[in-house]
Amino acid sequence: MTLLSLKNVKTNIGQYAVLHDVSFDVAEGGVFVLLGRNGAGKTTTLRSIMHLWRPSPGSITFRGQDITGMHTSDIARMGVAYVPENMGIFGTLTVDENLVLATANGKIDQTRLKWVHSLFPALEKFREKQAWSLSGGQKQMLSVARAIIEPRQLILIDEPTKGLAPSIVDAMAEAFRDIAKDSTILLVEQNFRFAKSLGRDMAVIDDGRVVHAGSMADFAADQGLQDRLLGLSM
Amino acid sequence: MDALNKTFERLGGVNLLPVALALVAFVLIGAPSSWVTLTVAGLAMGMMVFLMASGLSLVFGLMDVLNFGHSAFVSFGAFVAATVLAGLSGWLASDSIAMNAAALILAYLAAIVFGLVAGWFFETVIIRPVYRDHLRQILITMGAMIVAEQLLLALWGGTPFTVLRPHFLEGSWIIGDVSIEIYRGFAFILGALAYVGLYFMLNRTRMGLLVRAGVEDREMVESLGFRVDRLFIGVFMLGSALAALGGAMWAGYATLITPHLGAEMMIIVFIVVIIGGLGSIQGTLLGAILVGLMSNYLGFLAPKMALASNMILMVAILMWRPNGLRPAVK
Repeated sequence: MTLLSLKNVKTNIGQYAVLHDVSFDVAEGGVFVLLGRNGAGKTTTLRSIMHLWRPSPGSITFRGQDITGMHTSDIARMGVAYVPENMGIFGTLTVDENLVLATANGKIDQTRLKWVHSLFPALEKFREKQAWSLSGGQKQMLSVARAIIEPRQLILIDEPTKGLAPSIVDAMAEAFRDIAKDSTILLVEQNFRFAKSLGRDMAVIDDGRVVHAGSMADFAADQGLQDRLLGLSM
Repeated sequence: MDALNKTFERLGGVNLLPVALALVAFVLIGAPSSWVTLTVAGLAMGMMVFLMASGLSLVFGLMDVLNFGHSAFVSFGAFVAATVLAGLSGWLASDSIAMNAAALILAYLAAIVFGLVAGWFFETVIIRPVYRDHLRQILITMGAMIVAEQLLLALWGGTPFTVLRPHFLEGSWIIGDVSIEIYRGFAFILGALAYVGLYFMLNRTRMGLLVRAGVEDREMVESLGFRVDRLFIGVFMLGSALAALGGAMWAGYATLITPHLGAEMMIIVFIVVIIGGLGSIQGTLLGAILVGLMSNYLGFLAPKMALASNMILMVAILMWRPNGLRPAVK
């Protein structure tokens, strides 16, 4: 069943056209990976879905409902979480305060919190610490934890492994596998090895257009296609 | 250098600056009674300036809005409160402290209500069309400030307006050689209570969490499901009400006010917001106390330097900490 659908989405940032024609469907469950070279339009796609940049024209539907013109906060309340590339951590707030803010009624479900802590043990250790004092990896964990502290149907995650140590990347992959059992993840990633280990379906964006979409298994098996679409940057 | 910084932070960091300033002034002034009087006067002034500046700091930090019209709320708060006090002059002259206090509370409430309503109007009509455009913000809020000043002139006239004080706040407490004006003590206590209330609101409530988060990253707050634009109106109204309350308290302190009161205070208010760090209530309090103490000490030690003192303080602090003493965003 299709959870998210983008049809002919075009997005301008100022006078520059960044997305020319982006169309793809994300099925419910598992991890959908969006690949592409630097500057191809992956981040813009995620931001357009969240209506942080206004797509025009084109349409975006979530659970069959048109969300193209909806306010960002309403999209979030429908069950879409967003983990931006810069992590979006509130540095002066504590780890727990960051998590509380992501709940609808200001109360964290303790069973859910235990599960989140089991995925990211460092967050339990530093609950009362101000977030700015965390390491880069811990901040990324907090950013993902905030997105899953309440059940969400769709989680948009932008380059979560950027600048992280290999051991943390492995831990992150384990966490994503667990999260994807109950939620759908739309992952933007440059680390192909990481993306390949998680993705069920995928699409490649180049110069603001979707140039390939299909299953990750097929794409991973086709070295020629990878070389042509992703080049050496991956 | 790092070790020196760590030791400085362990000892209390920038919070120690007012203490250090007071100690230096104690040595320079020599007479302990004068020093106590000046210190209390400086703290009282600091607290009143804090009320005027805290709203501007939040609006600046959260909404990224340069509101030069903030002074209008200070001026109108002063005149609204002064008018209510004049209307209740019979209550103020009464020997009953309850009657005195009731008149004062009504005057402050009138200023606060005015600030809330005017803040809502100002944000909706004047600020909203110019979000994210600093140049137009400066122009339109400067224009609004001029219009507000002319409105004050039209309503209250150009001659200085005498502000009545409640009977129980007249006079001084005499402790040994030290004389402390009762109104200054009162202003200090009221300002401190307002700070505690604001601190509680920002640190112990969900609304406060949202405001603090919004100061750092408004886009992320929206991505978590909150309407930052609605939060903006609330913060703007709160900031305007605080400025009006600060103006009302300043009116009682000055006892003679003119329509230029807000514009005159704005220089100090901007200095406080800048040296405190944008969007930070603790920073604003620290900046306001430093400015209040510095003005009073230098007014006594070197009166000719009094006007320049706050500028010198600002330059010195910005050279040391370009983002202010306690910026909201790390």
